[in-house]
Amino acid sequence: MDFSYSKTEELFLQMIRSFAENEVKPLAAEVDEQERFPLETVEKMGKLGLMGIPVPEQYGGAGGNVQMYIMAVEELSRVCATTGVVLSAHTSLCIAPIMEHGTEEQKMKYLPKLASGEWIGAFGLTEPNAGTDAAMQQTTAVDAGDKWILNGSKIFITNASYANVFIVMAMTDKSKGTKGISAFIVEKGMPGFSIGKKELKMGIRGSATCELIFENCEVPKENLLGQLGKGFGIAMKTLDGGRIGIASQALGIAQGAIDETVKYTKERKQFGKPIAKFQNTQFQMADLKTKVEAARLLVRSAAWKKDKGIPYSADAAMAKLFAAETAMEVTTKAVQFHGGYGYTREYPVERMMRDAKITEIYEGTSEVQRMVIAGHLFK
Amino acid sequence: MEDSTMMKIIVCVKQVPDTTEIKIDPVKGTLIRDGVPSIMNPDDKGGLELALRLKDQHGAHITVISMGPPQADVILREAFAMGADRAILLSDRKFAGADTLATSYALSGLCRTLDYDLIIAGRQAIDGDTAQVGPELAEHLDLPQITYVADAKRLDNGNLLVHKENEDSVQVLEVEGKCLLTVLASAFEPRYMSVNGIMKAYEREVEVWGADKIDVDESKLGLAGSPTKVFKSFPKALKAPGEVHEVSEEEAVELIINKLKEKHII
Repeated sequence: MDFSYSKTEELFLQMIRSFAENEVKPLAAEVDEQERFPLETVEKMGKLGLMGIPVPEQYGGAGGNVQMYIMAVEELSRVCATTGVVLSAHTSLCIAPIMEHGTEEQKMKYLPKLASGEWIGAFGLTEPNAGTDAAMQQTTAVDAGDKWILNGSKIFITNASYANVFIVMAMTDKSKGTKGISAFIVEKGMPGFSIGKKELKMGIRGSATCELIFENCEVPKENLLGQLGKGFGIAMKTLDGGRIGIASQALGIAQGAIDETVKYTKERKQFGKPIAKFQNTQFQMADLKTKVEAARLLVRSAAWKKDKGIPYSADAAMAKLFAAETAMEVTTKAVQFHGGYGYTREYPVERMMRDAKITEIYEGTSEVQRMVIAGHLFK
Repeated sequence: MEDSTMMKIIVCVKQVPDTTEIKIDPVKGTLIRDGVPSIMNPDDKGGLELALRLKDQHGAHITVISMGPPQADVILREAFAMGADRAILLSDRKFAGADTLATSYALSGLCRTLDYDLIIAGRQAIDGDTAQVGPELAEHLDLPQITYVADAKRLDNGNLLVHKENEDSVQVLEVEGKCLLTVLASAFEPRYMSVNGIMKAYEREVEVWGADKIDVDESKLGLAGSPTKVFKSFPKALKAPGEVHEVSEEEAVELIINKLKEKHII
């Protein structure tokens, strides 16, 4: 693995950093405070090609790699974790499974509009009784000749109320367990499909997290994604990729908290000198920065493997586990360094601490990541 | 893609150290340039943005030109990723040590070998602040010039309607035929590079030209062609930091009055 960025990646980093700083950061507090989906940012991202970074050119994308995509998620999350997860869910959980498992017709139909940002993507696996135990799917899909009929509901779906395309898992044969789960491409507006209640969350408050409701929802026959009964595998593979995205989000949040704390501790004076001059600050910050860099290497290594076509499931799990726990630790300590001010909404670190928590939970909790890693270790 | 009626624009760009990142050595008082990132000069980027807007509205072919060391190629890649069509880098030891006169002369030699309708340059570079290269280039090429441009539109008759920002007024000028504009960064918020543009930026060719490829008298290039001699260069003396008093409004009034009396101002 080459640790340096290619010249193209360097140019990309310059662009995304400046975009994040000038377009995303100024909205971050407002998006959080008002629990508002940053639609105007998504439109700008679409125009610049950021909504379809890894999509090949023939499907209207930029033809970039996973490395560039995760750089984008990190840099956006560094200033606004909501914007980071909007891009991550859209790319990793909707675009990627269509790219990897879709038919040529499905790719031609969905990828160009997703890549341009005209359409936003989402993914539905979790149900009230099927969280970590994802095999307990209760949503069903019945073959009705010329179409599929879906019934059931999905919860905690990122981007839901703004998405146009959803990758949805449903049971096509309950007797077969996980081998009876299939994946479907469901579009907003299909008969019998509606969006349910919006969650009020602790963090990433701008991301639209809602319930999906299927009441005799009619899905065209050709919208089965991949083979019948292969949905669970598709979901697990999609989440492997998604974990690299969430690991990047966690990394971005952690880096953002480091940036803010360095700035603050250099300005804040107590006992006659900036608190950055105290060895307690320096040693703690040195440890945190070391962890952030270690997380960055894990994340980049997992992305590098995905780019090269090397199996990366355990790498993605390790990257997400470590980056998420690092984000939680860094942001918690960042608030502590800010003292009373850090507990107020005047400074962004309290938001970062609330945002960090979700990275230990969604797309597989830290416990799930340990299960995945142990599974590879003891196989 | 190119047709004869399409406007052909040359944009001059320069790679400069990002002066907002420069720190001053507290002991020697000199600028610390180590580790300071290089960027496209902001006014030049504004100039490229103006060219791209004219291209968006009317169609145009944009050639970006620069003079500098081989690594200045990065800003030309950036220009490609923003939407420029062609890039030429003048890079030759013969150009080394050039002041504004020798630089503008070399650029004029390059412009003479190109077909163009309009030349756009930035008002000034943040590392030199002379604001001389654009105007001198116009003089070498015997072109009319408008400096401090804050807006420019192409009219139906093909002329340009240009807003020139003076200190206390704005002049609106209509220009017929070839001309040179120098542009203010503040008037043209530059677009971001597109991801598609970035992906292709290093696949495209930045043409690197030496002195032999342009129309110039080589004795007027580089150090030999530069009459400017820098006598001394030093950072500005910083003002005293002032005093901070955290007092009530009444006390503040009294404190200020006493200070003014102390200095015999009142």
